[in-house]
Amino acid sequence: MNLDFSDDQKFLQEEARKFLEKENALSRNRNVLENQSFFDQELWSKIVELGWTGIRVPEEYGGLGLGHLELCVIAEELGRFLAPVPFSSSVYLFTEALINYGSEEMKNNLLPKLVSGDIVGTLAVTEGLFAPSKDNIELVYDSGKINGKKIAVPDASIATHALVVAKSNSGISLQIADLSQQGVSIEHQENIDESRGHFSITFNDVKTESIGDEISGWDIYESIINQAAVLFAYEQIGGSQASLDMAVNYAKERYAFGRPIGSYQAIKHKLADMYIALTLAKSNCYYAAWALSTDSADLPSASATARVSAIKAYQLCSQENIQTHGGNGFTWEYDCHMFYRRSKLLSLNLGSLSNWREKLVTSLEQSNIN
Amino acid sequence: MDFNDTKEEALFRKKCRDWLEKNATYKEDSTPQNDDFANKDKMKAAKAWQKKKYDAGWAMLHWPKEYGGIGASSMERIIWANEESKFDVPKGIFEIGLGMCGPVMMEYATEEQKERYLPPMAEGKEIWCQLFSEPSAGSDVAGLRSKAVQKGDKWIINGQKVWTSGAHFSDYGILVVRHDPNMEKHKGMTFFFVDMKSPGIEVKPIKQITGGSSFNEVYFTDVEIPDSQRLGEIGDGWKVAITTLMNERLAVGDAGGADVEDAFRWAKTQDSLGEPLLNNKAARESIADWYCEKSGLKNTKLRTMSALSRGDTPGPEASITKIVSAGKLQNIGNFGIDSLDMAGMLRTDNADVKGFQNAWLGAPGMRIAGGTDEILRNIIAERVLGLPQDPRADKGVAFKDIPSGNS
Repeated sequence: MNLDFSDDQKFLQEEARKFLEKENALSRNRNVLENQSFFDQELWSKIVELGWTGIRVPEEYGGLGLGHLELCVIAEELGRFLAPVPFSSSVYLFTEALINYGSEEMKNNLLPKLVSGDIVGTLAVTEGLFAPSKDNIELVYDSGKINGKKIAVPDASIATHALVVAKSNSGISLQIADLSQQGVSIEHQENIDESRGHFSITFNDVKTESIGDEISGWDIYESIINQAAVLFAYEQIGGSQASLDMAVNYAKERYAFGRPIGSYQAIKHKLADMYIALTLAKSNCYYAAWALSTDSADLPSASATARVSAIKAYQLCSQENIQTHGGNGFTWEYDCHMFYRRSKLLSLNLGSLSNWREKLVTSLEQSNIN
Repeated sequence: MDFNDTKEEALFRKKCRDWLEKNATYKEDSTPQNDDFANKDKMKAAKAWQKKKYDAGWAMLHWPKEYGGIGASSMERIIWANEESKFDVPKGIFEIGLGMCGPVMMEYATEEQKERYLPPMAEGKEIWCQLFSEPSAGSDVAGLRSKAVQKGDKWIINGQKVWTSGAHFSDYGILVVRHDPNMEKHKGMTFFFVDMKSPGIEVKPIKQITGGSSFNEVYFTDVEIPDSQRLGEIGDGWKVAITTLMNERLAVGDAGGADVEDAFRWAKTQDSLGEPLLNNKAARESIADWYCEKSGLKNTKLRTMSALSRGDTPGPEASITKIVSAGKLQNIGNFGIDSLDMAGMLRTDNADVKGFQNAWLGAPGMRIAGGTDEILRNIIAERVLGLPQDPRADKGVAFKDIPSGNS
């Protein structure tokens, strides 16, 4: 029985933590948020130099050829420090999609450049103010080209490529588009966590390459999302832990009515509830990490379980961290709101809590838990 | 990461399973039994099973050989418990004795006493209970006021204990009482073990919400206890009690009873306005959340086991188990009963409905026993997160001067 990371993986995590601390990732996040620069180029370059973009990429394509578990520990640290970089878009979604579904030619062309940071990927799926589904995608793929508009695409100002969910003659297909082409127009859309820019992308007769076949695109999309959900969940527990730590420290230092506010049960119980939610989420993440790293048949339910509990934990920890800080927590000056914002970004980026609960119950119906 | 036993663990598991297969039958379903030990046959069966285990060395496998154990490691204990839980065997009657009284006797009793009392305790021949809580000392156990007065080489005990599980069929009990109300609260207590058949002890079962009676009031009127049955020094009662309470928190784990699988199975067939309940969005969301809680606890347990398997001390994660599972039990009880609409009031023979009603009636007790939700949150906040204690109105004054209200 060993539901834990190896010593090497823990060492990697420790190194990642030290690096992000030294680089002041958290204050970089504030700068990006305040300057609307959408991401931090310098931090991103350093992360690329460390090889994190190639952790899962096989060595023959220039990567480190490590496993998902290594990616999980990095994700937790990126989440803890709110690193303002397109890591989730480019690595958890775009690179993973290529590793799992790309043709040999695509992998040869794109993977080495994703590792070296020469290209950056993102995922373009949403089209309106509602959840995307295989029945409401309107962006069209036909004869090697796409036409239509995607919105709320994260990181598109740094991304060079997008994985686009399109409607084809025979179903849903996934397309890879080079965003430097003519016919692509990218516009910033204001969002509630400007430390990670979100954009609309209009495609006008833009040449693309299909990834996977042209019928089962939605199934492939779902499987990409199920895998990425585990990595997102690790970012979420990193952020939850940071929020809880902030709240605990503040509750020890802040005095009211002659004693630390952390000595009042109203605060203690709130913080205990945050710890409980985080512990449940973390343990579910361990199991999902195992399922992801072994390509277990349990992955759909394991990833949905990790995802649902991580969304709930981060939501609770980030909002109650503000509450614990009182008026200070509501100011722009304190960092609390940056975690609150990021918790929402991470919870929406792969689809909302309610839709993940639905996915979980659907997977339970399929596997028949009793 | 992997879920495999080490070679040694696999060998040990096989040994457990082989013995269990020879001596018991596998459970047919996972529904926990509601054991009523007032029923003489059930008690007899429980004692017989315990004796069988004892003779083979499984009863208290982590105890040293001289007291009837086999000196097993924590991991081996977990493996045994895990295997035993798959079999249809009686449980629930010896847990307080073995889980709480045993460790205290092991630490504080004399060698002769250990040789006299521990083996029959492990064997199930003698049953033990824990006499701590009092009418005015629940979460604040140290507020207890039952009196001990020393008289020669004896102590005379007067007072009342309450919520004493199993006192009505126990042979011995561990007891903490106040020997000096002029001393500070935590310093004026002394710890004993007592023969439950001593003259002056009266046990009155308490009828619970569920209608059953698993715990009691225990009255002490001039009960004599020899000084040789004192555990720890005079005035060390609280220190000794803490050892027991720490063990209690380890022993009180999952609140058994209706769980997410039951809610799920039920929702598949139960009608809800012309459709299966499982098609109802609110029902689906609740099931998703309970599943996350249940698997979160299961995976937390696996993390604890991983630490033990490596020979490390587990982290504090396990402290969340009871609080999460008892709350879930209550919610699932509500869910099941409510799904029947007006008919949810009725007692029926339907096993699922019974399960939901038992969950709903039993859950309030689970949220209180072995540390209330509130006390457990305090413990997580203070011991795990390191938050400061509340200012105390009961420190630095004689016990008799502490405000006590009317109850």
